Amino acid sequence: MTAVILAADDLQVAQNIGFALIAAIMIVGAIKVVTSNNVVHAALALVLVLSGAAAQYILLGAEFVGVSQVLVYVGAVMVLFLFGVMLTRAKLGAESDLNNATAWVGIPVSLLMLGVIGWVLIDGFSDTRLPADARSKPVVEISDSFLSPYLVPFLALAFVLVAVVVGGIVLARKD
Amino acid sequence: MLAETAAATSGWFLEHAYLIPVIPAVAFFVIIFFGKKLPWHGAEVGLASMVAGLVLAVGTTWQWIQRVESVSREEGGALARGMFGFARGLVPQAAEGKAEPYVDPVIRSWTWWQSGGFEFSVGQHIDGLAVMMLLLVTFISTLVQIFSLEYVRGDRRYTHFFASLTLFSAGMLTMVLAENTVQLILGWEIMGLCSFMLIGHWWEEQANSKAALKAFFTVRVGDMGLLVGVAILFGAFGTFSIQETSRIAMDPATSQTVLLWAAIALFIACIGKSGQFPLHTWLPDAMAGPTPVSSLLHSSTMVVAGVFLVARMYPVFYNGFDIAQNGNSANVIAVIGGITIVIAAALAFVQNDIKKVLAYSTVSQLGYMMMGLGVGAWTPAVFHIFTHAFFKCCLFLCAGSISHTASHHSFDMKKDMGGLLRRMPVTATAWILSTLALCGVPFFSGFFSKDEIIDNAHHNGYTAFWAIGLLGAFMTTAYMTRATYLTFFGKPRGAAAGHSDHGDDAEEHEMEHADPVPALALAHAGHGAADAHDVHASHDSHGAHDAHASHGKPAFGFPGESPMLLVFPIVVLGFLAVVSGYINAAPFGIEKFLEWVEPRASEFAPYIDHATFTWAKAAPSIVLVALGFIVSLAVCRAIYGEADSKLKGLTQRSRLARAGYDFLANKYYLDALYEKVIVHGVAYPIANVAYWINQNVLDGIVNAVGKGGRRSGEWVYRNIDQTLVDGTVNGSGSVARGTGGALRPTQSGKVNQYGALLFGAAAVAALVLVLVNT
Amino acid sequence: MLVNNFLLLGAALFSIGVYGVIARRNAVMVLMSIELILNSVNLNLIAFSSLHGNIDGNTFALFVIAIAAAEVGVGLAMVLLIYRNRRSIALDELSEMKG
Repeated sequence: MTAVILAADDLQVAQNIGFALIAAIMIVGAIKVVTSNNVVHAALALVLVLSGAAAQYILLGAEFVGVSQVLVYVGAVMVLFLFGVMLTRAKLGAESDLNNATAWVGIPVSLLMLGVIGWVLIDGFSDTRLPADARSKPVVEISDSFLSPYLVPFLALAFVLVAVVVGGIVLARKD
Repeated sequence: MLAETAAATSGWFLEHAYLIPVIPAVAFFVIIFFGKKLPWHGAEVGLASMVAGLVLAVGTTWQWIQRVESVSREEGGALARGMFGFARGLVPQAAEGKAEPYVDPVIRSWTWWQSGGFEFSVGQHIDGLAVMMLLLVTFISTLVQIFSLEYVRGDRRYTHFFASLTLFSAGMLTMVLAENTVQLILGWEIMGLCSFMLIGHWWEEQANSKAALKAFFTVRVGDMGLLVGVAILFGAFGTFSIQETSRIAMDPATSQTVLLWAAIALFIACIGKSGQFPLHTWLPDAMAGPTPVSSLLHSSTMVVAGVFLVARMYPVFYNGFDIAQNGNSANVIAVIGGITIVIAAALAFVQNDIKKVLAYSTVSQLGYMMMGLGVGAWTPAVFHIFTHAFFKCCLFLCAGSISHTASHHSFDMKKDMGGLLRRMPVTATAWILSTLALCGVPFFSGFFSKDEIIDNAHHNGYTAFWAIGLLGAFMTTAYMTRATYLTFFGKPRGAAAGHSDHGDDAEEHEMEHADPVPALALAHAGHGAADAHDVHASHDSHGAHDAHASHGKPAFGFPGESPMLLVFPIVVLGFLAVVSGYINAAPFGIEKFLEWVEPRASEFAPYIDHATFTWAKAAPSIVLVALGFIVSLAVCRAIYGEADSKLKGLTQRSRLARAGYDFLANKYYLDALYEKVIVHGVAYPIANVAYWINQNVLDGIVNAVGKGGRRSGEWVYRNIDQTLVDGTVNGSGSVARGTGGALRPTQSGKVNQYGALLFGAAAVAALVLVLVNT
Repeated sequence: MLVNNFLLLGAALFSIGVYGVIARRNAVMVLMSIELILNSVNLNLIAFSSLHGNIDGNTFALFVIAIAAAEVGVGLAMVLLIYRNRRSIALDELSEMKG
């Protein structure tokens, strides 16, 4: 697969190699997340995937999103997950019943999805190249887009976060 | 805008009217954050903000009157009050540049936020209507807060009570001077939230919190209409500004269909907020809140908001529903208002709870206001808001005073009151004066407003609604006579007679203060749906105090009278209940209210025709009021009086009477309709079908899948797992384990199965889409 | 670089996430799988943003990150509550949604 991707482009070899490496790590990590028998291992594999995604964003010239990804996901969400694991289950080792009785149903469904999406993508974008001179976007542009065209969604998001804080406290507090 | 506007005087108070809602809003935060540390636990902050608002409102009113007078003088007095209907008629001919005399509203706006190049503003729109409401709301709020100082003294959430009360007034004031519809929604929703908090103030009792939820949700049903209506108006006209909207709505070129749909949507909001039929069911339940709250809610704020919205956006309704003078015989607003008058008045007859009588009376009076607006009588309807606020607030405060001092926190007229006239002469006098005003007895305030609505209904050609108005006047007098008789005359009963323990006569369904739990159980065992609602509102259960010695000194030296802090607002309001009507007393040719409040510009408001008052036209309603009084008094004496009578126990003996009583006592079974028929009728079949599908289809699939999985799992186990022990451990291992799970008798993994179905269906749908499109 | 590199990677992550949602029994693991799905969507958004030179994709990706954080917060609070009530977070034991 790596070779195919490399062969597809002869200009940006370094980027392609970087992409392929990170992509391989991400896919392996993702598979580990959904198959691991150990919750903590799955969480650590998820860290790998999320960091990989951050790296891909930087590769795509979206540094700000990449940094946010590291801060929010790798920094905060993963801590939440580890706390969740810790608070719901004392056992940290491997377990035998992490999967459903009908887990195999997921295989055809996910393969079908991959097939459909992959087909569409290959059909539609097989020779579309990213602009070679694409530079990273200045953060000021992102802030402008938040504060003028997307102001209302931004405010709505603020409300959502407040609701989440309140909801989280209400749900999790001990009465 | 128009030529005259340059001449109109302005002033500091008019320019800064926006401060009126800002002060209580700030006070709310002060109370919330610092209230508990203050000497009066925050009450003084709320009261001070209300007094400040009142001062500003008085100033605003004064300057507004100056402004109107200056414009009127400019016009050479041509629109002097008696003449101006006639002068108006001439205006269309005098088209050469001489526009109608128009007092320009004082409009200021600031950018609130902007999005996508569109600015949302916040500001003030001060015209006669807004000025009138500002004065009314600040005045009533001040008095109610004074009343509350004593009434909720020692309550465990004293500070929060005043905070909510203050924010509530701030919400109403925000709405009243809203410059645009977005700000209007803001105030509207603040009120909705605060009403929830205040009705559920004593939420420890299940019934109270249920009533709060019911009020909140019922109003929210209507609020969807408000959002939709505002969205329609914005989509069609491209502006939120109320003045612009009015102007476009008055433009003959505007599509009537748009206005119709906008009016329908907005009117649904008004039905919810103003307790009009069929969403009036929340209002009586809202009596679960403390009495000052009921008083504020039912007089000048909250329920009036719906009427105010119709009055404010009147051009939209006027042209949307085609409320033409002398044109149509019916429209939605008038019909809903008319129905509300009659059904609510009928319900008031069977209530034993004094507050509920008043609640249904409010609903009925709101029906009058709506009907007035519906028949084109804008000014009388708005005037009725004005007068109604005083006497209804007074009546509620009297009820609070009685329960606080005389009846041991009970509101049950039949069991805990009676004979209070001698014991509480001040409260009784105020009550009777307010009742006379409410009934529309001549020379009391209600007469001038209510009779004008009835008169104008006839004048504008809505004869059917004229009849309904008269019927309503008759019924109002009758049920108020009954309530007054039960409360103040006859022999003292129950708590009023001095004994607070009367669990032995608990065959009626009201809950006693002394022993809530057995009475509650009895109530549920007793009468069913209707009674369950009656239970909670029948008393205000003060958490902190019961000993009457702590209530402070009785007022005016009457030993049985309430303390001064309770009596003072009652006296003020009782006085106003008598005199407030004289600001627009048609029989005496005084039409100041009309001059100051009515918008007079064909550009922004529909032309409002006024009937000329004659005593001959007022005669039917006066006769009916007198008749209602006599009939009701006779019946009351027969049923509740000393003398034995045939009527006594009629509901026990006559099946027909019993059926009628039950029908009313169950509030036309509307609550049952909402809960049993709509909720059960719609939700249960759907749930049943879903259950059937789940049991027969999904489980079948799951079982089949499980069997298939087991077989394949066994095969995998035999052929691969045994040989490739740790190769593709995870995938096959999970399948093997999964098959083990499928053998278990319990169904498992519902959520995941839903997920599988969801994603599978999405994938298949995407596949189909792709195949179709390629 | 081909835009398809990123899009196919996103598709792969998405499918793996879907498998996780369907297959996992442990509620925390399901939440993790949902994170995978959300990240694959973000990858697509950023890739198209880069392809079209448009900033909107970045904005949306940030929205998704914020919403995902919120979702995890509430989700884990719910899981905690379920655990406290039932001493287990196995999703297949939660059958209140049935019928």
